[in-house]
Formats: sequence, C-alpha cells, structure tokens
Amino acid sequence: MRMKNQSTEKYSKEHIEFLRERKKETFKIKFLQAGILLALITLWEVLAAFKIIDSFIMSSPSRIISTMISLYSSGQLWSNIIFTIVETITGFILGTLLGMIIATLIWWSSFTFKVIEPYLVVLNALPKVALGPIIIVWMGAGMGSIILMALLVSVIISIMNILNGFTNVSKEKILLMKSFGATKIQIFKKLVLPSNISTIISTLKINVGMSLIGVITGEFLVSENGIGYLIVYGGQVFKMDLVMAGVLILAVLAWCLYACVAKADFVYSKKK
Amino acid sequence: MKNKEKILMLKHLTMRYHTLKQETLAVKDITLDIYSEEFLSIVGPSGCGKSTVLSLISGLLSPSSGEVVITDRKKDLGKSLVGYMLQSDYLFEWRTIEQNIMLGLEIKKLLNEKSREYALKLLEKYELIKFKDHFPNQLSGGMRQKVALIRTLAVKPQILLLDEPFSALDYQTRITLASEVRKIIKTERKTAVLVTHDISEAITLSDRIAILSKRPSTIKRVLEVEFGSQNLSTKQKQRHEKFNDYFDVIWSELNENEKSKH
Repeated sequence: MRMKNQSTEKYSKEHIEFLRERKKETFKIKFLQAGILLALITLWEVLAAFKIIDSFIMSSPSRIISTMISLYSSGQLWSNIIFTIVETITGFILGTLLGMIIATLIWWSSFTFKVIEPYLVVLNALPKVALGPIIIVWMGAGMGSIILMALLVSVIISIMNILNGFTNVSKEKILLMKSFGATKIQIFKKLVLPSNISTIISTLKINVGMSLIGVITGEFLVSENGIGYLIVYGGQVFKMDLVMAGVLILAVLAWCLYACVAKADFVYSKKK
Repeated sequence: MKNKEKILMLKHLTMRYHTLKQETLAVKDITLDIYSEEFLSIVGPSGCGKSTVLSLISGLLSPSSGEVVITDRKKDLGKSLVGYMLQSDYLFEWRTIEQNIMLGLEIKKLLNEKSREYALKLLEKYELIKFKDHFPNQLSGGMRQKVALIRTLAVKPQILLLDEPFSALDYQTRITLASEVRKIIKTERKTAVLVTHDISEAITLSDRIAILSKRPSTIKRVLEVEFGSQNLSTKQKQRHEKFNDYFDVIWSELNENEKSKH
C-alpha cells in the first residue's frame, strides 16, 4: 500500500487525472460490451417466453442451455468438441508449417516464384469448399478429409502472407549482409527469418480462424463427428436449438483458439 | 601521400546496367590508385554512378570491363579486405548493440573470444560501451551510425567504403559524426573511400578528392587537399582560406557538368 502511494506521488495531478480518465473509459467499454450481450440475451428470452417470436424457429437462450445440458449428459458435447479441436489444431499446425516451408522454398529461388505466382493467385482466390467432393472421393469420408480441408484453407494464405513478409525485407539490409560475404542461408537465418517473426505470428492468428473454417466446412461435408456435424445435423432434422447451441460452442471455441495464439504473441513481444 | 604504398587500383573500370528497355553506361573507364591509409572522397552530380564505383570495389558488382586490384599486405586477412558503411545504419532492431556489432564476425565465422573482445574494445574506445545491451531504437541517429561503423571495423577491414553515410542525419549530427568518423578511421589506420554529394564534407574529411562527371562517369579531376596541419577540426578547416578555393574548384567542375547537360 505504502509503495503504491509513493509511486503515485511521483506523478503530477494532471497525470493522475489522465490515468483516472483512461481507467474510466476502459471500464465503460467493458461495461457496455457485457451490457449489450446481456440485453440481447434477455430480449431474446423475453420475446420467446411471450411467444412474440416462434422459439421453434428462433430457439431461445433457455432452450439452448437445456440442449447443451442434454448434450453434456449424453457425452456428445465433449466428444464433438474434442473432434473439432483436434482437427483444427492438426490442420493449423500442418498448414502453418507447410506454408512456411513452401514460402521459404519460393523465396529461395526468385525464378520459382515467378513460375508459381499465377498458380498461387488462382488457388488463393478459389473457394476451397468447391474441392470438398473431390477430397471426399479421394480421401474417404473421415477425419483425413476434414484435416486436408483445413490444411488447404490455411496453407495458401500462409504462403502468400509469409512470402510477402520475406520478399519485403529491405534490400539495403540484404546488401549489408552481402557486404560481409553472407551466404543465402545466412541471409535467411540472420535477417529474413528474425525480421519476419511478427509476420509469422500474424499469420498464425489468421490461420487459427482459417483452419476452423476448413474444419467446419469439412464436417459439413463428411457429417460424422464434430461441432460442424452437430450444426448440419440440427439443420437437417429442424432442431434449431441444436444449431444455435453448435454455433455458440463454435464461437467460444474460436475465441479460445485465438486467445491461445494471442497469448503466444504477447509472450513473444514481452520477451522482446 | 605519394610515398605510401598503393593498396587499391582501379584499372579502366567500365560498368553497364541492363534493363529490358535500355542499356545504361554508368561508369566509363575509371582509372584510379588509392594509397594505404589515405581518405579519398568521390564527389559527383547525383545519379552519376558514385555508388556503383563502391559496389565495384567491394566486389558486390563485377565490372563490364576493367579490374579492381587490391594489394594485400597480410594475405591471411583476405576475407576482410573491404568493409561497407551504408547511407543508413541498418542495425537489426531485434539484436542488442553488442549482438549487432558481432554480425559481421558471425557471418564470416570469425567470432571467437579474441575478436569479440576487439569489437567490445572498439565500443568502449568510442564511448558506446554503456549501450551494449540496449536495442538500436534506444539510440540516437548519430550513435546508431557510429555503431554501424564499429560493426564494420569489427571484422578488421583494410579499406572502408563509405556510401554517403551521413546523409540521413540532421546537420549538426552530421558535422560532429563526420569528423568523429574521420578521427576513428585515422586512429585505426584504415584506408577510406567516401562517396558524397556534399562538397564541404568532402573537403573537410579527405586527403584527396576525385571529381566524377555526369553519367557515364569518368574521373574529371583528382584534387589533393592540404590544410598544412593534419589536426585541424572541421570548423577550423571550414574557416581556412583554402577551404573556399577547394570549394570553388569542385563547384565549377560539377557545374560544368550541369551546363553540358542542358
């Protein structure tokens, strides 16, 4: 307590006022964010309870909760979540690693880059879901297809992002390296890679979302397990409670995965 | 200066650049001897290919014709003959100052206890040792450029190539740093080739000045700079009566270029 007093004494009145204002603002933002969520949920529940909206079509918060409880007690909740998580993480890791390796190879030879560029552009623009049927026929309706889908969705964007970072390394710094007689491997290890750590981390952030998209798309097509399966199944049998519950779980899952990567970013920048 | 031995000879250097649209003759038939431990400046109109000459000396570019001969006294140091100092410091933000000055040694695989100590000694000698664990963004522009010089000196080059190393700095820093760099180069007994478009910088720093013509560059004139005393400060040199004479000579040589252009 005493320490705290001492440290605030160092600041001017104006600065303390400034800090207080900032704190107030942060609190206001958090308060409103929670408030909006709470208000929407309440409104939804009230509208459904008074039968202003049809809860068979629109579902309602209480119905979603009871659906989740029954999913939990039947053991389906965790098994499906785990399926989706495992597929997403596998796709994410494979996509990022492969993306980095391919980007490095392309960076290595500018000739390769020139040859391969139009293919990359087309593959990037192509909606990967269109490849779904091909993948299922080739790989079979199982986890393999889903992971491949996640990989496809994340790998191209990884290549483009990382390659962009690699080729944007300042020419003068490369000249500096060369003036010391650096080899291409040294230029890569000592300059290109370390100067692109933040590019790689931002690619990780994008990729988490991308591979989740790939996984859900895959689960829609394969329809065996996972959150995507729950959602598509709920739609087929017209159980909107199940669809809504699935979407909610997915939102939480997406947030958790993103938070993990953001945490890695935080740890890295703190170390720096 | 003439009694010193030649360390670097440029023999009929010619350099052409090729693009799809055209072929540019950047440097034409440059012949120049550079003596050990002298400070030579190359001045010329902007875009005349001054930097090309440095790239040719360093071996980063190979000439279309002609050759660069470096006479090496100590053959075993062959790897570190020339060191480059560029327009900006290009320190790596993710490395500390100490790690930055070790970069050249790491690349050349010369990093050991002895070379590390030498590099740190340079840092100490030029009053930057207290920043060795700092990151580049914590240093001022002038200090950063000094670190860049030490990074170059750490690999013990015999010839230093300076490519407008002060042009990115503000006026005051430029003046102080330039004379400091000259002092460092003289103390370490290095040969220096400076490329600049700043006439007064060339006069105050150099022992000799080579004036280049506009593209295709050839040497128009080589000027000996002599102020009588070796130890005059930049300010003293600028106030010296000879300063204006040198300035006028270079100015008119460069302006002749301008006239012939129009």
